[in-house]
Amino acid sequence: MTTTETRPAPATEPPPRPGWGNWLVGLARRLWRQLTSMRTALVLLFLLAVASIPGSVLPQSNVAVEQVQNFYREHPTLAPWLAKVDGFNVFGSPWFAAIYLLLFTSLIGCVVPRLRDHYRAIRSRPPKAPARLDRLPHHAEVPDFDGDLSDVAAALRKRRWRVVVSDDSVSAEKGYLKETGNLVFHCSLLAVLVAVALGSWYGWHGNRILVTGKDSGFCNSLQQYDESKLGPRVDEGKLPPFCVTLDDFEASFQSSGQPKHFRASVTVEGDGPTHSSTFSVNDPLRLDGASLYLLGHGYAPILRYTDRFGKTQTKEGPFLSIDGMQTSTGAISFPDANVDPSTGKRDANLQMGFDGIYMPTAPAQAPFLRSDFPAENNPGLLLTAYRGNLGLDAGIPSSVYRLDQAQINTGRLKPVGEGKLLKPGESWTLDDGSTVQFVGTKKYIVLSVRHDPGQGIALVAAVLALGGLMGSLFGKRRRVFFRLTSPSPTSSSRLLEAGGLPRTDYPGFAEEFASTVAAVREKT
Amino acid sequence: MAALSDTLLVVAMLSYLVAMICYAAVYAFGDRGAVAKVATRELVGAGGPPVVEVVSEERKPSPGRPSWASRLAGAVLVLAATAQIGSLIFRGVAGHRLPWGNMYEYVLAATSVAAVAWIIVMFQRPALRHLGLYVALTQVVLLGVAGLLLYVPVGPLVPALDSYWLAIHVTAVAISSGVFLIGFVPAGLFLIRSGYDKGRHSFPFSLGERLPAAGVLERLSFRLHAFAFPIWTFGALIAGPIWAESAWGRYWGWDPKEVWAFISWVVYAGYLHARATPSVKQTTATWIAVLGFLTMLMNLFGVNIFFTGLHSYGGL
Ligand code: HEM
Repeated sequence: MTTTETRPAPATEPPPRPGWGNWLVGLARRLWRQLTSMRTALVLLFLLAVASIPGSVLPQSNVAVEQVQNFYREHPTLAPWLAKVDGFNVFGSPWFAAIYLLLFTSLIGCVVPRLRDHYRAIRSRPPKAPARLDRLPHHAEVPDFDGDLSDVAAALRKRRWRVVVSDDSVSAEKGYLKETGNLVFHCSLLAVLVAVALGSWYGWHGNRILVTGKDSGFCNSLQQYDESKLGPRVDEGKLPPFCVTLDDFEASFQSSGQPKHFRASVTVEGDGPTHSSTFSVNDPLRLDGASLYLLGHGYAPILRYTDRFGKTQTKEGPFLSIDGMQTSTGAISFPDANVDPSTGKRDANLQMGFDGIYMPTAPAQAPFLRSDFPAENNPGLLLTAYRGNLGLDAGIPSSVYRLDQAQINTGRLKPVGEGKLLKPGESWTLDDGSTVQFVGTKKYIVLSVRHDPGQGIALVAAVLALGGLMGSLFGKRRRVFFRLTSPSPTSSSRLLEAGGLPRTDYPGFAEEFASTVAAVREKT
Repeated sequence: MAALSDTLLVVAMLSYLVAMICYAAVYAFGDRGAVAKVATRELVGAGGPPVVEVVSEERKPSPGRPSWASRLAGAVLVLAATAQIGSLIFRGVAGHRLPWGNMYEYVLAATSVAAVAWIIVMFQRPALRHLGLYVALTQVVLLGVAGLLLYVPVGPLVPALDSYWLAIHVTAVAISSGVFLIGFVPAGLFLIRSGYDKGRHSFPFSLGERLPAAGVLERLSFRLHAFAFPIWTFGALIAGPIWAESAWGRYWGWDPKEVWAFISWVVYAGYLHARATPSVKQTTATWIAVLGFLTMLMNLFGVNIFFTGLHSYGGL
């Protein structure tokens, strides 16, 4: 690595001729040379590192949208400015792209000439032995050598040197792997970039919550996802047509509440013959054209509400867990409650909403705020009832996990009585005679469905890059030379002189040189 | 077993302190038996352009026997490393699993790798053994941080970590971090030494007088970085993404931990580039390596403490 020879000196420029055209060509040439220099590569690498930092400091919208929204709430003046310079989308921003595209352009400009040079180097022959082998860093003499140059060459070839024999000497070289590895490494980096681009053009994903049971299943189309993204080259109509229902979800826990194992059992239709499968965290379900990943799990309480007119509706709502013990919060609303059967009209001020805290293992005494354990050992639902206008008709998209806080604050949605803790099966009669029953819970999983056609290529390219890198870092170019001379014209014994030259930093060369000379002497 | 592990950690820290004191005595009272000499020869010919060959005598055994303080220091250092590795092993025995499942254990594992890497260097390059002072110092600091701030009782793994990729990914990352840590020591000392050589004699450059030659430090630093870099590439940029794909559905998602792993990788790549570019000074290149290590620290402590992300099971 301390070699100072491998880099070709910049070609001297031809003397400039007058004229704009030449001036422009000269400028372009100068810029290109500048761009493809190692120094520029270094500066760009450094820029790339610096430019990534905001991507870890600021919340990124493709990673954590909620955190971006929080940031807007906490820094209302700063956030729009940051958004203008893509602060929440650093890795998709034009300025980030500018850096890595320049870097990769520089890479191409740097690698192409080196590929050409290396191709020539591989095809050319090791140079002739220098006149004085004793001036090389490593030197040895074998007196009374009884073989000839072809023996030397054979011994070297056996040790996988590239050998050239001339009239009085043999030259050999080894370690082309270094430059080969380096080129493989840099080219593989380009391949990784291509694979990433493929993935973002032709990949897609969708996330959703899937509750257990036949009627809660879903099919693979965008409308069925809570959140989804299609690459620009993906045809929405051509997503793989499969349907999934969650038959069961098992979770086991340590006595501390820390989870041990998860297992989701599903039935898949449309992906070949209908079949059942299980999958887990770290063990996704691979279907044709998509994979299913288990990202989370939780409970969906079921409420049965019988309104003042005696009409009964049953609904379930996934509650989101807020701690490791699966204390979960959520809401279930009945916008069609209390429709007067005589008029058939719905009264916008008699809608019902419930929000609550679900504790799979409720504490033995109040306060009933935190679950003691993530499994359902003593389920309890602390429910608060609201009556009034749920605010659903205003057309403002609202969260299904929360009642509309604005409606509650303005008094259009009023709490009914105090909160009440319900065990499964228990009912609670409200002031107007209507009743709500906590029927029980279903389990749900948080699912990510994904397809990334680039990932296999990226993996192969990354492995190639690693192989090339190791060749580049640990490969050593070195040359050895042997010359046969007769010390004096009268003597019949011949002297074999050897010289060795490491062309890159190679502390172990002395030993290799010695063992090579020994092998040549023994003709093995 | 868990208690034994904790006791061994204390033994390791105390032993490192004793080793530091011994080394300090060596620095104070002499015994610099082995001063590496580096000669540079300019070679011409052999059908190629001139090549600079560095001939070093660093491998030769030191003339004169090392003083008792020096040998004691080395022995205590080995004892410290043994206790440290013992602490790690018993942690694993107590938890019936690989003992690098949270931040405390990770620091313990990475510093154990560093200890082993240093002992190998120490035996291969006796001339450099007195750098053990700085290694012991780094170890005491990191183990102290781990023991005081990051400690968590032994427990089983969360399902997110319950994968054979834990063995592959975290092991590779811990090994490379440990070796980067040992590479950082000669890198920093090289900067001190070359400052001293340039005539700067105030602290910390005054330490340079007692350090091996700049070229020796620089080359050791490079060796260690060159060894660690492919392991980091494998651990953080290949095994990590493979695991991320099966756990989270995407192989790369710019999670804060991933961002900083990427930054470290780019910075270390920059170091290797800079070192291979003749027009870049060696001190500049080495500064980049030091910067690389700072990004590693940022990833370990900064990201786990300040940011939340998918990797936030660090155990804090
Ligand atoms: C995508 C960005 C790049 C990365 C991540 C990268 C990474 C690396 C790494 C890790 C090495 C070390 C291998 C070794 O020392 O043998 C290396 C070597 C090298 N790179 Fe790059 N590189 C990049 C771009 C470039 C560019 C743009 C150039 C051309 C200007 C370039 C030219 C070289 C050369 C000539 C070496 C060999 C140094 C030597 O050992 O003599 N690289 N690169």
